[in-house]
Amino acid sequence: MAKILVPVKRVPDYEMKVKIAPEGNAIKTDSIKWIVNPFDEIAVEEAVRIKEAGSDVEVVVVSIGPEGTSEQLRTALAMGADRAIQVITDAEIDSDCAHRILAAIYQQDDYQLVIMGKQSIDSDANQTGQLLAAKLGLPQATFASKLEVSGDWTSAKVTREVDGGLETISVTLPAIVTTDLRLNEPRYPSLPGIVKAKKKPMDVVELSSLGVEVSPKVRVLAMEPPAARSAGIKVESVAALVDKLKNEAKVI
Amino acid sequence: MAEYSFALSEEQRLIQESARKFADNEIWPAAPAFDRSGDFPRDLILKAYELGFVNQLIPEALGGAGLSNLDTALVVEELASGCAGITTSCVANDLALIPIVIAGSDEQKKRFVKDIIAARKFASFCLSEPGAGSDVAGLSCKLEKVDGGYKLNGAKQWITNGGVADQYTVFCTMDKELRHKGICCVVVPADAEGVSHGPHEDKLGQRASNTTTVNFDNVFVPESSRIGKEGEGFVIAMETLDITRPLTGVIAVGIARRALECALSYACQRKQFGKAIAEFQGIQFILADAATEIDAARLLTLRAAWMRDNGINNSLQSSMAKRFAADTAMKVTTDAVQVYGGYGYTKDYPVEKLMRDAKLLQIYEGTSQIQRVVIARELVKAAAAKES
Repeated sequence: MAKILVPVKRVPDYEMKVKIAPEGNAIKTDSIKWIVNPFDEIAVEEAVRIKEAGSDVEVVVVSIGPEGTSEQLRTALAMGADRAIQVITDAEIDSDCAHRILAAIYQQDDYQLVIMGKQSIDSDANQTGQLLAAKLGLPQATFASKLEVSGDWTSAKVTREVDGGLETISVTLPAIVTTDLRLNEPRYPSLPGIVKAKKKPMDVVELSSLGVEVSPKVRVLAMEPPAARSAGIKVESVAALVDKLKNEAKVI
Repeated sequence: MAEYSFALSEEQRLIQESARKFADNEIWPAAPAFDRSGDFPRDLILKAYELGFVNQLIPEALGGAGLSNLDTALVVEELASGCAGITTSCVANDLALIPIVIAGSDEQKKRFVKDIIAARKFASFCLSEPGAGSDVAGLSCKLEKVDGGYKLNGAKQWITNGGVADQYTVFCTMDKELRHKGICCVVVPADAEGVSHGPHEDKLGQRASNTTTVNFDNVFVPESSRIGKEGEGFVIAMETLDITRPLTGVIAVGIARRALECALSYACQRKQFGKAIAEFQGIQFILADAATEIDAARLLTLRAAWMRDNGINNSLQSSMAKRFAADTAMKVTTDAVQVYGGYGYTKDYPVEKLMRDAKLLQIYEGTSQIQRVVIARELVKAAAAKES
């Protein structure tokens, strides 16, 4: 049986308006609604589709974060993942910490494939997948828009979204694949899926038991909201519009 | 019995969230077109079917989602915030299949519930008649004994999904003089000889929900299709409605919540006299009352569902919940149109549809007046029991 590891991160709901905390270097989290990072949701969907396509596959989801992160893992289980690993910590985790924790989890079992979001929508670092591949010495296929695993699970063909077009590469397995927006459209968790998820195993791992040091190498110094958009104006004629586009906006 | 708590479990939050996403992304954007055309949103409802938003109360072993009444109420509020008509059509399957789950034999549960769900088919609950609405015991659809079974004759009115259903759960009488004691429950396939349905009713609201008459003209019903004993139909119907009444209540809550969300967002954007109208007390009081009454309606309906889950008789509480929620939906949606002013009265804005949809909540599954009759009856019954 092949095993796919899918790391999922909890992030603030993108539909919420975030506010900056008084310290000025983080967002307020007290009234935030948390969701599964949308790129990770795509990763879960892809892993579940590989499983549903008939392969004998176990999909394992893992998350790092405070206790409440179990809800995002439960969402992934409801989408069809088989079991979950929850690494509990209240520590601040940057991409560097995350990749070392994920490497430790990866080494606890025999995985053929890691599928993960290309980046999280909160810190937008786009590093963890690449760092993990380097740390484990595995091939990486980032920004995937199509993924085909060979029947014998020795290689995978990945179409990548690169500047100006698409690139198709082949990687030997095990490998790290990071997902782009167009890989798939994640399903809604079905009610029977949610009911089943309750009975699926969720292993809790204390961070200290992994022997990974978590001191972030990157610190956020300051956060600022984007400048408020100023009101638009009405132009009198097409000529005036063309003039403004040409000379003010400089777009034509 | 669970301890008294207002907190939702992790699972309940996930269920609610999944239904909310489906309502916001799939139902709400599609609803205006179905409202205009009155077409049956078959593909959308089949999508809901796949996700378990249809047959939620039916046990897992029979192919349903096997949710509790409380969990189902959480889901139905979300779906109804997308479109009450589409939600009514989704819930109609539960309503039609519950009588069979309650009173059917194992063989009947397989044939009329499990097989229907596995084939993603629709079923309709046929109780009301042209001449029998609130007076259920006065129904006159006639069931006559013949060799090997029965012959069914009569017409049913306001049948949700009547024109699209594959199977009807029909309440009929063997002797009208016997009133509720003569009523039977039978299951009739839509393609049985002598079964026909009328055109889709041109309704004020909930237009996406298919509503027709269904006619039975000398339809043969084998004895194996009768649910429960002869004369048990009335009890089965009432038991079913006891289960589904809180769901009707949360449909009202869903409509009202959406109306408040729309009104709030509009009131914050719309400027008059140099400031947002949400800053005027006249508007604020409307919004404050709406929020308070919606919350009260929700708590009443959830309690009624919770009582049912815990095996406590909820006739009084479910009638209070349904009555209050329906009247709240009507008031809140009317007020939402008021907040929008002239714009609210046009079909370019969403609140007039919510107002039209809300009206039906005061009528179907027991009018607001009948609910008051039930409430008073329960009160008097309890008082009389105390006296004696």
